[in-house]
Amino acid sequence: MAAANPSVFLLMVNGQVESAQFPEYDDLYCKYCFVYGQDWAPTAGLEEGISQITSKSQDMRRALVWNFPIDVTFKSTNPYGWPQIVLSVYGPDVFGNDVVRGYGAVHVPFSPGRHKRTIPMFVPESTSTLQKFTSWFMGRRPEYTDPKVVAQGEGREVTRVRSQGFVTLLFNVVTKDMRKLGYDTGPADTQGIAGPSLPQGIPR
Amino acid sequence: MNPREEKVSIITEESTANDEDAEVGRREKSSKVQRQQRKKQPPRADSEEMVTGKAQPGQEEPEMHLLSMPARRGPRSLPPIPSMSRTGFAEFSMRERLREKLQAARSKAESALLQEIPTPRPRRLRSPSEKELETEFGPEPCKESQATSHRNDSQSYSRVKFHDAVQKIKSKPQAPPGFPSAEEAYNFFTFSFDPEPEEPTVKARAKNRDGTHQEEEGEEESPAGGMNKMDEEELLGSQDAKDFLLGLDPAPDEFVVVRPAEYEGTHTWLEKEKELLFFPSRRAVPTWKKLPENVQPRFLEDEGLYTGARPEVARAQQNVVENRLLRQEPERKWFGDDGRILALPSPIKPFSSRPRPLAQEPSAQAGLETHYKKAVKYVHRTQHVVGSADPPGSFQLDIDISGLIFTHHPCFSREHVLAAKLAQLYDQYLARHQRSKAKFLTDKLQALRNAVQTGLYPEKPHQSLDATQKTIKEYKSEIRETRKLRDAEQEKDRTLLKTIVKVWKEMKSLREFQRFTNTPLKLVLRKEKVDQKADEEAYEAEIQAEISELMEEHTEEYEQRLGEYRASYQQWKAWKKAQQKAKKKKKKQAEEHPEGEAEEELYPGEEPVKPIPPELLDHAVLEQQARERAAHSRRRPGEPVLLPELSLTGSVTPDDQCPRAEVLRREDVKRRSVYLKVLFNSKEVSRTVSRQLGADFCVHFGQIFNLQIFNWPESLTLQVYETVGHSSTTLLAEVFLPIPETTTVTRRAPVEEVEFSSSQHVTLDHEGVGSGVPFSFEADGSNQLILMTSGRVSHSVAWATGDNGTPLIPPPSQQSLGFRSALKRADAISSIGTSGLTDMKKLAKWAAESKLDPNDPNNAPLMQLISIATSGESYVPDFFRLEQLQQEFNFVTSEELNRSKRFRLLCLRSQEVPEFRNYKQIPAYDREILEKVFQDYEKRLRDKSVIETKDHIDTHRAIVAKYLQQVRESVVNRFLIAKHHFLLSDLVVEEEVPNMSSEGSGILGLSLFKLAEQKRPLRPRRKGRKKVTAQNLSDGDIKLLVNICRAYDIPVRKPPASKSQQPARSSRTFSDRHAASPGAHSPPHSPDTPLSQVSVRPFVEVSFQRTICHTTTAEGPNPSWNEELEFPFRAPNGDYSTASLQSVKDDVFINIFDEVLHDILEDDRERGSGIHTRIERHWLGCVKIPFSTIYSQARIDGTFKINTPPVLLGYSKERNVLLERGLDSVRSLSEGSYLTLFITIEPQLVPGESVREKTSDLLKKFDSQEDEKLLQATEKFQAECALKFPTRQCLTTVTDISGKTVFVTRYLKPLNPPEELLNVYPNNPQATAELVARYVSLIPFLPDTVSFAGICDLWSTSDQFLDLLAGDEEEHAVLLCDYFLFLGKKAWLVMGNAIPEGPTAYVLTWEQNHYLIWNPCSGHFYAQFDTFCPLKSVSCLIGPDNIWFNIQQYDSPLRINFDVTKPKLWKSFFSRSLPYPGLSSVQPEELIYQRTDKAAAAELQDRIEKMLKEKIMDWRPRHLTRWNRHCTSTLRHFLPLLERSQGEDVEDEHRAELQKQLGDYRFSGFPLHMPYSEVKPLIEAVYSTGVHNTDVPNVEFALAVYIHPYPKNVLSVWIYVASLIRNR
Repeated sequence: MAAANPSVFLLMVNGQVESAQFPEYDDLYCKYCFVYGQDWAPTAGLEEGISQITSKSQDMRRALVWNFPIDVTFKSTNPYGWPQIVLSVYGPDVFGNDVVRGYGAVHVPFSPGRHKRTIPMFVPESTSTLQKFTSWFMGRRPEYTDPKVVAQGEGREVTRVRSQGFVTLLFNVVTKDMRKLGYDTGPADTQGIAGPSLPQGIPR
Repeated sequence: MNPREEKVSIITEESTANDEDAEVGRREKSSKVQRQQRKKQPPRADSEEMVTGKAQPGQEEPEMHLLSMPARRGPRSLPPIPSMSRTGFAEFSMRERLREKLQAARSKAESALLQEIPTPRPRRLRSPSEKELETEFGPEPCKESQATSHRNDSQSYSRVKFHDAVQKIKSKPQAPPGFPSAEEAYNFFTFSFDPEPEEPTVKARAKNRDGTHQEEEGEEESPAGGMNKMDEEELLGSQDAKDFLLGLDPAPDEFVVVRPAEYEGTHTWLEKEKELLFFPSRRAVPTWKKLPENVQPRFLEDEGLYTGARPEVARAQQNVVENRLLRQEPERKWFGDDGRILALPSPIKPFSSRPRPLAQEPSAQAGLETHYKKAVKYVHRTQHVVGSADPPGSFQLDIDISGLIFTHHPCFSREHVLAAKLAQLYDQYLARHQRSKAKFLTDKLQALRNAVQTGLYPEKPHQSLDATQKTIKEYKSEIRETRKLRDAEQEKDRTLLKTIVKVWKEMKSLREFQRFTNTPLKLVLRKEKVDQKADEEAYEAEIQAEISELMEEHTEEYEQRLGEYRASYQQWKAWKKAQQKAKKKKKKQAEEHPEGEAEEELYPGEEPVKPIPPELLDHAVLEQQARERAAHSRRRPGEPVLLPELSLTGSVTPDDQCPRAEVLRREDVKRRSVYLKVLFNSKEVSRTVSRQLGADFCVHFGQIFNLQIFNWPESLTLQVYETVGHSSTTLLAEVFLPIPETTTVTRRAPVEEVEFSSSQHVTLDHEGVGSGVPFSFEADGSNQLILMTSGRVSHSVAWATGDNGTPLIPPPSQQSLGFRSALKRADAISSIGTSGLTDMKKLAKWAAESKLDPNDPNNAPLMQLISIATSGESYVPDFFRLEQLQQEFNFVTSEELNRSKRFRLLCLRSQEVPEFRNYKQIPAYDREILEKVFQDYEKRLRDKSVIETKDHIDTHRAIVAKYLQQVRESVVNRFLIAKHHFLLSDLVVEEEVPNMSSEGSGILGLSLFKLAEQKRPLRPRRKGRKKVTAQNLSDGDIKLLVNICRAYDIPVRKPPASKSQQPARSSRTFSDRHAASPGAHSPPHSPDTPLSQVSVRPFVEVSFQRTICHTTTAEGPNPSWNEELEFPFRAPNGDYSTASLQSVKDDVFINIFDEVLHDILEDDRERGSGIHTRIERHWLGCVKIPFSTIYSQARIDGTFKINTPPVLLGYSKERNVLLERGLDSVRSLSEGSYLTLFITIEPQLVPGESVREKTSDLLKKFDSQEDEKLLQATEKFQAECALKFPTRQCLTTVTDISGKTVFVTRYLKPLNPPEELLNVYPNNPQATAELVARYVSLIPFLPDTVSFAGICDLWSTSDQFLDLLAGDEEEHAVLLCDYFLFLGKKAWLVMGNAIPEGPTAYVLTWEQNHYLIWNPCSGHFYAQFDTFCPLKSVSCLIGPDNIWFNIQQYDSPLRINFDVTKPKLWKSFFSRSLPYPGLSSVQPEELIYQRTDKAAAAELQDRIEKMLKEKIMDWRPRHLTRWNRHCTSTLRHFLPLLERSQGEDVEDEHRAELQKQLGDYRFSGFPLHMPYSEVKPLIEAVYSTGVHNTDVPNVEFALAVYIHPYPKNVLSVWIYVASLIRNR
């Protein structure tokens, strides 16, 4: 059994990158990775992954379905730097070059349970029309140096982006010992652990 | 209507839902409904409940109805019961059934509904329905019905039902049965529980029509008792019709009585309203109403008490409020003694709680305008560049001297004297007039008298008698005082006026007498008529009052005397009692009379007593006195008020009409001129222009002097100088100006006048009266006057304000406050200083101390200010708080929060404090955080100021280290800020726009061509390794690969047999042979067979981050290993970011050892069966490569010179000895051993160049003192160069130590090397150059990339470099180059790549016919064509006045031409199009060298030796460490020799010497040489040799340290370490 006084809490996330809506593009694949703060450490599962290439469905929805599973467990001492999942979607352009079709990020839901998230995706814009043309022509669209940029606020002011489409994610979140450490994130716990809910970091 | 409709629809739904079961429970329901209805009528509810409740369970439904019906009807419906019983059962049931049907239909909806609706709900609905009624039928019927309704309440509900039924019938065709329509439902809902307004009328009609029966019934649906079935049916039919009508036509005259609308006339309405409403009048309320009866209003202000200023309220408003208050609360508690509403002084805060908005909204254009700023001189910083704050700001004092007026001057004529006097008097008069003290005192007197009057006739007798008496007494004495004062003032006023008139008259007579006028002064006396009668009355009243008061006084006095008299008399009486009784009696009678009066006097509550005869006698006298005094001091009644006015309108007689003496005087005046000198701290700082004296003896200067000062001024003096004609200048007077308070700033400072006077004696031969000499206005010379030269200077002194409005005042701490104490308490300003005026607390304190009268009107504003200030409310915020309630939301106090370790840790981490920047997983609880975590950090903070000498044996270096630390911190902070500043290129990778002009791969066409390229070419080319961004890495992911290929020229063992050649050997032959003979593998004895032996068995040991690997042992002096060694790499703190990797300080140590096998077999007989050897390893040399180099270079591939000690005992370079002795000098330059290595990191890491470039970009942009054009040119130049040769580094600007960009040539300038180095070889320039290079190389090396975490290259100037005693290649190279330039060589800085340093700086010199390349860090030099030269490529050359970029095809020094004059080979920065602008150097004029303290060096030497010895003992914990003193002293003796010869060419002698001394020892050891920076590297160097690593039992050690001091604390350290084994 768990220790009476845990020093870390655990966050288990599983789910999947279900599908995407990119009206103009086809044959896309996506990459995901997690960005988290310094107090976080992955304990199990994969932090990043790359999916298969999917083609649009033939029905009305024109959905791009990946159903790409995510399964990772983090441990942490501090909710600061709560993990975010960063998605980047790639696909071929008219010349067959692999170009980025969208970046997006979302925090892993805080409360335990099943959550569905739809993330709007965007790509950085070229700095000029000429650049735009050449980048289209050469198949070298502007990309972020690191997709993780989209999970942070710093330095974003220098970029311009364009919206591209949506990706739908499904999360199943399980937390452990959050309440014991004094963090109440979810709906009232049915088990009603009357754990020590003392504010953190304050000497008694 | 929307909500209503909604409601309706809901109801319908509900009813439909209930429809199904409506059938089933209809009966029940209806009854229930009825019951529910009835519950609302409390008086009957109970009985009904009882009846129905009983009936329901057992009885049939008709029964139930029967029972319930009468009950419903109430007491009135008693009669029908018998009739009901009379009717037949069938009939009854028929009727019942009919009714049932009807009811069923009717109540379908309602029943369903009512069940749903709880009882309280209808109540809520009543009022709206009532309203509705009113709108439908007018209020009148409603009123009418009110009376009856409560009586008919019992029926009302059924009526409603009926009404509903009507509705139902009406709507039946529309809606399917059972579904009540929306209106129905709504109507039902709203109507159900209210008395119908028309009900009584209906009832009345019904009564009339149907007779008594009907009356009894009252209800349509209830059966009439005596009616038959037909009747019933008919009735029903008619009812239906009626219902129908009722439903259809809402206003049939049958039901509603139409009356004319009742109208109330405006008049009556107003009448009624008048009863209810009250309009406060706007007229003023008479005072008596507001005060208690018989009380006179009392005005505190007139009594001299201070009352605050009342807030401004309009008079009308005030009246309204007063009227209202009087009406509302007749107690008058809202009114004060003066009959006005009580009011606090203005409640409006004197300060706004928000900061004032900017005075003027600066227009957008104003913000965009450019301002010219004067160029600032490039200030040379001496030593502490970064840490030092701004230089002490210069402060400014503005002295405005506007003018000078003489109040007396030698050249004054008599008239002038009078005029000055008159002017003075007039000024005095004006001042007095302004103050009008007399008037104030008169008013005060009046008020006091009034007060006494009120006191004497108190309306409030409840006040304690004593208190009243006391106050009155006080008042009276006050009156006396005031009166006296007033009289004095009035007298003064009068005398002054008289004097003015007198002087004016004198002046006039003088003018007449001399027949000319000199001054334009003119006095006019204005008369103001007064009302004779009123004036007289007032005068008389005043005198009367005075007299009466005087009378009182006298009476009191008399009383007092009487008392005294009586007391004495009593005594006297006791004494006389026995003798004179009769006499006494008589006397007593006489005395009793006045006593009665006294009694009366004592009680002032009674009528004042008329003076008794003795006083009456006094009255006349008193009156006389009073009148006399009044006549003396006061204006006579009816006399006009005189107002003097002085003007300058008079005309001055022109010169030609004046007598000669006067003309002479005027000429003399004209010749005189005056100027002022300004003395600051009794030093003249400036003087005004010399101005001529005007005829009016005024001089106007109007000059402002701005004094730039650094300290608080001590004194400020003006000197008045007068010049007569062209002759001498005389000092008239000195004027001391007060130093302004800190609050006085320019533009706010008032102009002040300071008087001065001079003691000079001047006698003049003209009309001028002179100065200091007696003169007279009288003809006979009597009444003599002596006047001194005097005058006034008008000036203002103030502190200037800076550009941003801050006053330029030196810090007040500099002021001396001592002299002020004397003035304390005298004056607020002088005792607390003007600055105190802004400090309210101080002011309040002063006020309390000096017992300021709080009621004095003069002090009123001050007191108010203080009262507000001390109450703490008037805290003027100089900020605007956004989150005022922040405090409320803090869930713990800030102290508690600060005590929390976890919070602290989080804060520190977020501040990116180095110790915590990468702290991971901060524990969740405070208790889990160890104090230890903070210890290092706290220690560092503590140590910031403390210089620790533990690590640094010599203090200078400790200081330097500390300083370096500070520099590092500041640079790191700067870098951190820059790191958070992102450029687009940092975030987004974007392909460059293809450049058409470039010849590289950029052409669009080429890239198009590339598109067409085959995806999988047949001949694939080598592709670079994939680079890894260092973010996702963790420990163990990175490996360092070291490939040891081969080595050249390893020193070989020297046969010990050679010892035998020494003459001294003979004595020890036996033992030596004994020792040498057993070794079968050891070198043969014979000295003549050196080639046959196994000369050396070297192996390489590589250590990196505490991991040690070594190769196999190879043989021979040129071994080949070809082995790859793999090392795991751990980044500090597990942080694999670029910056962190760049700051890795670890070195890769590559040590070469010789493996020596020693046979230690004791017994020769066992030799056949066993081998017993010991492996010893002897250190031969090392190569040290910093990780930072590997990281930035990505790979290191090349042959490196092995760092071998200058003397390696027991080893020799065989090849040198045998083959290369006597070869040319070039070859000898490359003397040494070499090792070929290949080092790389797997996987390849992206070097952090981008960060560096970005930062330098940033720095370039914002921080430079270079000319903008030059900077643009550098950028252009660099861009051009980069375009042609992207790999070649082009350096034009560098960052100096304060982070500013400096053009690189500014660093190059001839600088003097230390004198003593120049004096060593005065005739040998080459030797001098080498010595200088050696000196430079002795300055410790500290790479910038390590110290500044890969941020940027900082170039310090040479003096900084020498002060810091640490720097990287650039600093060394710059210093060396500067020295060479001083020595007259042609020298350049070479920027290029070298092994192993990577991009570096070397120095190139032109000797007579060849170039030499100098490595500044090692002091070695190489010829241009030396293959072992570590410099592998040259990208640019930098001279003192130009930069040349290498545009040759090759960049290897072997293959290029260094002739910079050829523009085809070298692209120069300054050319004909951009000539060299003559940039000044950033280097100092001259370097000053301090001679290093020899004693300190010697002490350091001892300490290092001791420390090293201790360390060696520490490293050998399991063995005894013996020290051979003899050997140590021998070695110590050698070291200075080594230093002198710079470690060259001493080996043989040295060896011989050593051999001689320690012949019977097997000796292995060597001297180490290094520049001294810290102790740690020394220890490491000794450790890495592994000398201590021997476990031979009888080993002895020797260690000697020698420090040779060079100027400027540059120390050359020699460590000789050796192990000795005694030969048996």
